Amino acid sequence: MDNLAKKYDKKSFERILKNEKVQTDVVYKGISFWKDVGLRFYQNKGALIGLILIVIIVIMAFVGPTMNKHTYKSLETEHLNLPPRIQGIENLGVFDGEINGVNVYQEKGLDDVYYWFGTDSLGRDIWTRVWVGTQVSIYIALLAVVIDMFIGMGYGLISGYLGGKVDVFMQRFIEILSGIPNLVVVTLFVMILNPGILSISLALVITGWIGMSRVVRSQVLRLKELDFILASRTLGASTSQIIIKDLFPNIFGQVIIMSMFSIPKSIFYESFLAFIGLGLQPPMASLGVLINDGYKSILVYPHMIISPVIVLAILMLSFNLLADGLRDALDPKMKEH
Amino acid sequence: MEKILEVKNLCVSFKTHNGVVKAIRGVSFDLFKGETLAIVGESGSGKSVTTKVLMGILAKNGIIEEGEVLFDNKDLTKITKKEISNIKGKDIAIIFQDPMTSLNPTMTVGYQIAESIIEHQGLTKNEAKSKAMELIKLVGINQSEKRYKQYPHQLSGGMRQRIVIAIALACNPRILIADEPTTALDVTIQAQILDLIKELQEKIGLSIIFITHDLGVVANVADRVAVMYAGKIVEFGTAEEIFFDPRHPYTWGLLASVPDLNSEINKLYAIPGAPPNLLYPPKGDAFALRSDFALKVDLEEEPPFFKVTDTHYAATWLLHENAPKVEMPEILKVRIESMKKEVSQYDY
Amino acid sequence: MFKYIRNRLIISIVTLLVILSVLFLLLDLMPGSPFNDEKLSEDQKGMLYAKYNLDKPLHIRYFTYMKNVIFKGDFGESYTIQKNVPVSTLLKDRLPISIRLGIQSLLVGALIGVLFGSVAAINKNSGWDTFTTVFSVLGISVPSYVFALGLSYFLGYKIHLFPFTYDIYKPLESSVLPTIALSMFVIATVARFMRTELVEVLGSEYILLAEAKGLKTRKVLIKHSIRNALIPVITVLGPITVSLLTGSLVIERIFGIPGLGDLLVTAISVNDFNVVISIAFFYSMFYIAMMLIIDVLYGVIDPRIRVAKGEQNG
Repeated sequence: MDNLAKKYDKKSFERILKNEKVQTDVVYKGISFWKDVGLRFYQNKGALIGLILIVIIVIMAFVGPTMNKHTYKSLETEHLNLPPRIQGIENLGVFDGEINGVNVYQEKGLDDVYYWFGTDSLGRDIWTRVWVGTQVSIYIALLAVVIDMFIGMGYGLISGYLGGKVDVFMQRFIEILSGIPNLVVVTLFVMILNPGILSISLALVITGWIGMSRVVRSQVLRLKELDFILASRTLGASTSQIIIKDLFPNIFGQVIIMSMFSIPKSIFYESFLAFIGLGLQPPMASLGVLINDGYKSILVYPHMIISPVIVLAILMLSFNLLADGLRDALDPKMKEH
Repeated sequence: MEKILEVKNLCVSFKTHNGVVKAIRGVSFDLFKGETLAIVGESGSGKSVTTKVLMGILAKNGIIEEGEVLFDNKDLTKITKKEISNIKGKDIAIIFQDPMTSLNPTMTVGYQIAESIIEHQGLTKNEAKSKAMELIKLVGINQSEKRYKQYPHQLSGGMRQRIVIAIALACNPRILIADEPTTALDVTIQAQILDLIKELQEKIGLSIIFITHDLGVVANVADRVAVMYAGKIVEFGTAEEIFFDPRHPYTWGLLASVPDLNSEINKLYAIPGAPPNLLYPPKGDAFALRSDFALKVDLEEEPPFFKVTDTHYAATWLLHENAPKVEMPEILKVRIESMKKEVSQYDY
Repeated sequence: MFKYIRNRLIISIVTLLVILSVLFLLLDLMPGSPFNDEKLSEDQKGMLYAKYNLDKPLHIRYFTYMKNVIFKGDFGESYTIQKNVPVSTLLKDRLPISIRLGIQSLLVGALIGVLFGSVAAINKNSGWDTFTTVFSVLGISVPSYVFALGLSYFLGYKIHLFPFTYDIYKPLESSVLPTIALSMFVIATVARFMRTELVEVLGSEYILLAEAKGLKTRKVLIKHSIRNALIPVITVLGPITVSLLTGSLVIERIFGIPGLGDLLVTAISVNDFNVVISIAFFYSMFYIAMMLIIDVLYGVIDPRIRVAKGEQNG
């Protein structure tokens, strides 16, 4: 063994003084919570794709309808049931205005007419209607989320923070309310109030906030036992101060996650209501209404249903991906339930 | 003494997202029949990984790069999965650190003991049950009939660890690996579990590998001690040699940092810095950068083992003939004196 | 345990009664009358009102209604779909079809979902795992009727692999496509949840100990890992029930299946409130029963809860 050491002369056995030593303590850069969240989010490819798709769809929802001269309700009685046709792309064999090999446009002598997504049975431009419909879907989703956030968070905060008999009573109420399937509530509600944007949003609000309030309540119950709340109270903070300054920032992440998940849910419910005949009334368009219209002639003119279905599916998929990504970024340990 | 297990130049790496972590870099030791060998080191030193290799339960991303583990003339790193599953649980058994998580929460504790017996000894369910109840009694739990049918959450932490020990002993193993078996327990329970392990060792004649970072526990149970640092053994010897005549600066640091109520020195010693990142193992002596006694050669070349006595070796250039004479730090001398006094008092 | 089940049962029954009362009130509040046929004279309308007790005061109608529903299973009569036919008769033939479809989708979905999720968790970070993740996100995000439309158009209409619409004489064949469409969400939810749970279980120390006991890999997987991972998966039955109920409405319509959902959609479009409300009640009942079963099942299967509750209540 010692042979190995022999090749070193005495000099190499000198002691290294402390200050000569290489400083190797690794000091990690401190990362703030939100920066960390951002980093985790950007590492999630799915969430990023979702976000990009949402941005594109939202932009299209507002720009799309202005890209041609048609409006969502302008009828062209000459142009009924036209298949999609797009300049340039038509030569590639898709979007060429053909149904079963027959170019419908040429047959009708409409050489210079292009409907990118085709027209419906009343001669309305589906391209414009799809994007106007997307606007409606996004609007309903956001409205539902905002109200859901306020009711759900308010209910959960009060129930959790006050505790005691109030909490017991409020929880019993929720228990009974959540026993009723959403489907039933939404359907009946819209039936009574007459179909329309407002009644659909209201119906979604009535059912949507329960999950949010439960999450908020359980968070508040957990947080209010912690020492920093006690410290605030000892220092004389009022209830509203504690709720706003101490509790709220700590449940914010969860609230965002919950509300992100309720977006695809409300988009789905809107399209579902439209499909069972409780959607917006004509000539208004929403994705659900368009799908319902397209469904009626799916066998003859499948193009009418394809574009709204694809936009709807991508929209819901993107919001789900985004919500997933946000959950993983904000709260990596939170489990799915 | 009869060698029961021989580990030769074991090297283990883990593939991670950031690169290959060289967790164990050439570990060799022998285990003799009936002895307790303690492997001591801070977290990340590779002591738990070593035991996982012995048990054949290395994580999926772990690779045994080199080395042999000889048991019964078989190299445990080379034999098939089937052969190793005939050995683990039967000849070599393990106790994990946390009894709260090492038992299946949805299975009765009795069946978790019996399961092993059924697997290895081919007994029927009923035979295994009565054997399991004997084991429950053996590890010092009353009302074995009632306990057999209970679930882990119904038992206290200490009792659960007794059950884990019963599982380990189910098939009369020859080697017991105790991976920090008392770390997660209350201090009073710790002593009980240590006593139980010692008592069982005398009864059954087990060889024990005791993994811990707690030198206090080592002093209680070990016959021999191996000190691990950054994936290597840096010093090994009998418990007395390591405690009373340590030679490696890392061992000095470890011993000096044990809290001592008798000491007049009030300040608790801490080794400066942190262990090296094993993604990029350092050149030379891995401890050099944290050591007050580093030599120039430490940065160039890894020190080989230098013999102190027949049983005591340490891997530090300080033991080389050309090295300057270095005394162990003053605090430690005081500490060792007080330990010696204590030992002579109680005559361990 | 008994006490726990009893409490849950009481809550469920109270909920059902509340729902029934609310439904009755809604029925009463529905705008317009069910008889807005302009050909009817005032006299005729009066007769109809008298016949359906619509001229009595609210509280009397309420108690009559509750009594009829609870003790006789009599939900009154259909106003418009099939005049004068009791709602219960309308429901009788349709209920089994819907229930069968639901159970079929649940079983198929749960089995495939558990399989997908388990394989993904065992081979974590493999191609199969990625596939399962993508599949689950798709299955959860894309509404079941989109699958239904695609399936019926391509597999049914274009290549005639399965009947395009429901055929009462070929119930098995014609239920294939609807079952696939309905079970997509089930597969996705179960697979995703199963994967998360199983990954956690597989990483736990008790699995390591089970391996260290020298048990065969298959035994460790089945007896220790999958069994434990399955317990919490029971909780996803809740959202699954909801999706099956909602999905059945649309899917029955798309495939023309003469079930409850199809009837409900028809009833909504012709304003047959009594039918709507009766079906809504059935849906609620089904949902509440499911929730009750999930809770009780969870308690029975998981010893941590079972034993805790048993001790609590003596």
